[in-house]
Amino acid sequence: MRAPLSWLREYVDLPAGETGRDVAARLIDAGLEVETVERLGDGLKGPLVVGRVLAIEELTGFKKPIRWCQVDVGGANGTGDPQNIVCGATNFAVGDKVVVVLPGAVLPGDFHIAARKTYGHVSEGMICSAAELDMGDDHDGIIVLPPEYEPGTDAVELLELVDEVLDIAVTPDRGYTLSMRGVARETAISYGLPPRDPALIDVPAPNEYGYPVEVLDAEACDRFTARTVTGVRPEAQSPIWMRRRLQKSGMRPVSLPVDITNYVMLELGTPLHAYDRQRLDGAITVRRAAAGERMTTLEGVERVLRAEDLVIADASGPIGLAGVMGGAHSEVADPEQDPETGEWRGSTELVVEAAHFEPLTIARTARHHRMSTEGSRRWERGVDPDAAAAAAQRTVDLLVLLAGASAEAGVTEVAVPAAPRTVVMAAAHPSRVAGVDYGRETVVRRLQQIGCDVQGQDELTVTAPSWRPDLVDPNDLAEEVIRLEGYENLPSTLPRLPSARGLTERQRLHRRVGRALAAAGYVEALNYPFLSESVLDQLRLPADDPCRRTVRLVNPLSDEEPALRTTLLPGLLAALRRNEGRGGEGTHGGLALFETGLVFLPTGDEPRPVRLPVDARPSDADIAALDAALPHQPRHAAVVLTGSREQAGWWGPGRPADWADAVEAARTVAKAAGVELTVTSGAYGPWHPGRCARLTAGERHVGWAGELHPGVLKSLGLPARTCAMELDLDAVEAASAGPVLAPYVSTYPVATRDVALIVDDAVPAADVETALREGAGELLESVRLFDVFTGEQVGGGRKSLAYALRLRAADRTLTADEASAARDAAVAAAVARTGATLRGA
Amino acid sequence: MSAPNKSYDPVEVEALKPEKIDQAREEALAAVAAAPDLEALREVKAAHAGDRSPLALANREIGALPPHAKADAGKRVGQARGAVNKALAARQAELEAERDERVLVEEAVDVTLPYDRVPAGARHPLTTLSERIEDIFVAMGYEVAEGPEVEAEWFNFDALNFLPDHPARTTTDTFFVQGDDDGGTDAEDASGLVLRTHTSPVQVRSLLERELPVYVICPGRVFRTDELDATHTPVFTQVELLAIDEGLTMADLKGTLDHMVRALFGPDMKTRLRPYHFPFTEPSAEMDMVCYVCHGASVGDAARPCRTCSSEGWIELGGCGVVNPRVLAACGVDPERYSGFAFGFGIERMLMFRHNVEDMRDMVEGDVRFTRPFGMEI
Repeated sequence: MRAPLSWLREYVDLPAGETGRDVAARLIDAGLEVETVERLGDGLKGPLVVGRVLAIEELTGFKKPIRWCQVDVGGANGTGDPQNIVCGATNFAVGDKVVVVLPGAVLPGDFHIAARKTYGHVSEGMICSAAELDMGDDHDGIIVLPPEYEPGTDAVELLELVDEVLDIAVTPDRGYTLSMRGVARETAISYGLPPRDPALIDVPAPNEYGYPVEVLDAEACDRFTARTVTGVRPEAQSPIWMRRRLQKSGMRPVSLPVDITNYVMLELGTPLHAYDRQRLDGAITVRRAAAGERMTTLEGVERVLRAEDLVIADASGPIGLAGVMGGAHSEVADPEQDPETGEWRGSTELVVEAAHFEPLTIARTARHHRMSTEGSRRWERGVDPDAAAAAAQRTVDLLVLLAGASAEAGVTEVAVPAAPRTVVMAAAHPSRVAGVDYGRETVVRRLQQIGCDVQGQDELTVTAPSWRPDLVDPNDLAEEVIRLEGYENLPSTLPRLPSARGLTERQRLHRRVGRALAAAGYVEALNYPFLSESVLDQLRLPADDPCRRTVRLVNPLSDEEPALRTTLLPGLLAALRRNEGRGGEGTHGGLALFETGLVFLPTGDEPRPVRLPVDARPSDADIAALDAALPHQPRHAAVVLTGSREQAGWWGPGRPADWADAVEAARTVAKAAGVELTVTSGAYGPWHPGRCARLTAGERHVGWAGELHPGVLKSLGLPARTCAMELDLDAVEAASAGPVLAPYVSTYPVATRDVALIVDDAVPAADVETALREGAGELLESVRLFDVFTGEQVGGGRKSLAYALRLRAADRTLTADEASAARDAAVAAAVARTGATLRGA
Repeated sequence: MSAPNKSYDPVEVEALKPEKIDQAREEALAAVAAAPDLEALREVKAAHAGDRSPLALANREIGALPPHAKADAGKRVGQARGAVNKALAARQAELEAERDERVLVEEAVDVTLPYDRVPAGARHPLTTLSERIEDIFVAMGYEVAEGPEVEAEWFNFDALNFLPDHPARTTTDTFFVQGDDDGGTDAEDASGLVLRTHTSPVQVRSLLERELPVYVICPGRVFRTDELDATHTPVFTQVELLAIDEGLTMADLKGTLDHMVRALFGPDMKTRLRPYHFPFTEPSAEMDMVCYVCHGASVGDAARPCRTCSSEGWIELGGCGVVNPRVLAACGVDPERYSGFAFGFGIERMLMFRHNVEDMRDMVEGDVRFTRPFGMEI
């Protein structure tokens, strides 16, 4: 809502020096979202006057039409002589009244006017367009004024060029502030002044002679007033003051009858519609449309209606989409002047509609047909039903006053009687909500200020005013009291909380994982979860892979990415590529990224969610049914890395990132969860089939790590040897053994034994180590693989694994024989299980 | 061992002559003093204090002396050997100290050499900022609650008093999940699931699952259909708070907000509430904090404009209010007995003004140059 300050002053006796900013500050405190205060005509300085065009000479020889004009500006130029002015516009004629700016004036935008030579003449000023005067109109022709103004009249005042406009964003609960009436009421309350209510005008009683109206759906339309005027003069134009108020409020003047309905809407908040009575065919009916019924709305678009659309109709069919837009057929005609006879033609008899529609009906229609109009915006937020008759009367009055019309005596009013809406509230309730003791007096006074009728002592029975459909619950009333008493006056207190448990194990784990990966050199990237399903092909996922079953969006941001991620890899790899494309971090740099986040894994068998009530807690079974409709959403952790893992430098050569780093990243995550991962060799879509580790925790498969498949890297445009790891973090967490149990720390000396075992290349080192561990028994403190050797000495297709065994007893110093026996047992187990032979044996 | 030779004349034992012993001693001391390094000193030691040194040889002769002469000769030789050994030890220490010092000098390195063998990683500032805010409330006694990102409309909208026709429940604002029938581009044809538009459904879940009173903080990713640009992102991070107890008030909400901005921005911070409208709170407010850069000094002072608050003096944080009793009813909480407050805000904006981030795209693109400086904590 754009509210001009000058208009606001008509209803509220604001202090003389009060600026738009001052008023805005008060309204903001009261809860109106004043977004800007526009200062119209800021910096404007006269002389700016009415001029009468005396003569026009068309200059030739220029690229565009140029006129050399003599303009009578009365005595405004000090001489009374005609003013010579060069003008580039052509929409005026000799005898027209125009707006002339004289040398010495300053137009908005710090535009200083001086006499200057142009197109071979000295132009002593300018004939102005609306745009040059900041009149809120995009019209670029010059302004032609109605003929009644005398040359030399000050145009700054005449056109009300200096003003301030408060632009207010209206929240859904404050539809009444989509009118000057509502803004004025709030302003008056803010200043503690009495408001003048423009809706308080005399309205004649309904009678039987009005235009016939039949309301067939009283729920959707509980009020319909129709008034008729005749003798509208088509040549009558909207007065400047009305045009200016419309412009300042963001509307374009159109024609007098249309301007009047718009003006009354801005004034009282009731959207109105005027029909050309001569084009109406019989009685007006308000009904739901027949499905498939068609009508052309007044901007010329043919609409196919739905059965839930509410229409205004006559015998010929729909003549208006109720509350949204009128129909083209019964539209009030734009006045036209016959070029031959000079006669004006236009609608001379009008039926004025002021009704009240149910908000949801209008909102649905407006949304479905994608028509957000000044009317629909107001209906959606709620319009005062009791203002309908006044709005109709005001419209009739203005048509009589400005268009020379006569009001017919007939007054049609269809009204469904409605019980007053009352809310019962303890007088102390606002105080309890706020934490401030307001006292009953204040509560009652504030509620009365907003228009409520208040009865009762400790328990108040509050009748909300007709323009406040949002006041339904005690808390709605509490908000009114608290906001008017000032949110800024609320004290600052702290509740006393019961003891709490801090972060959960799961939350701690998520933090530990992030820290561990960052400490290992990985940089966190938070990627969008939107997925292009073609990436799944590029990742070489098998056709039946569960990751191919995706959650898809009705309205994705991009049609390229219609689904939600089932793996973190696409997002991370895209971020890796983006970094690479930006030159990474220099020639030596490697890139290592990580992400933890949810992936979305539907089974495809989820039931549709049930519609649950909101008036009471749903049953546990209902909640469980709702949860069952959701896809599985586990948290994953993933890394990608490429380039050097250790950089080369003065300390020596670097080391490229490889599969082992990816596996180690998985171990890092698992360790944060207190889980020992089991690594076996595997093969899975995105990974290099010979460099892919399958990761299990306990019995459960939890993820993959290794070097990515060269084909994947090629199709995704990633550097060779890029490595990756992805884990189901929830599954890893579930495998956690719980708190660490402290080992027994023996103080007896350690015995060390090294063994080198030769096995086939195909034998995983992990198997050999497991065998050694189990064979050595409880004396084994640790075993570590310290060398892997292949070569002639061990023979083709074989490798030598060198292990250091540390042996120790809890209760004694081991003898050499005991240590060697443990080693021999370890070797024997390895020989038996993996076919190893002891090197050098 | 030979028997004492009583007829042996000590005068005849050349080596034990006092002047010989003195001479050997002086020569030894001179050699010790002259030894230039540890190697030379070792040779000096062998020559003058070793088994074949003059004094050692002289010492062997003592046994051959008659008893009355032994004491005198022994004393003389012993003193000479003692002096030599002492000098050797002193010189040894001296030379070792010199060598140690020289080694330290020789071992000097250029400590300004850079070391970036494995560059440090970092956590995303949105993650760490969220954690920092969580920690403030955990310290007050709140617990952190989490929930799914694909959420049922009932949790995201209905239970929060969004009526079925609320404008937010359209495809212009909210991402809807497709139903099985796979068709349709309208919210009405969708599956009844959405990408949550706020973390408020976690508040609903907390009220359903937890025992009263409930004090939770709900951080998480949320989704709205905005195109990515310098100040908008369709995927952003919210922190919401919910407190439901007996006797909670708007003043408690104000105090809680004040505490948060003080913990995050310093002791002289405060917040301001402005009336607003949300379906899930009544009364509702928008919350601003004093600009932590200019503290309001830039307002009306054209000479000192503030970029952080655009010289408004206040920075908009988010929305808040008293939880609408209708929400409590939908969650089975008795609104006659319990009341409470809630607030929520997006931390992307806070990251922007707290850390001078100029473009929101930097937060979503995963460029390591942006993230790395933030390290582990924020």
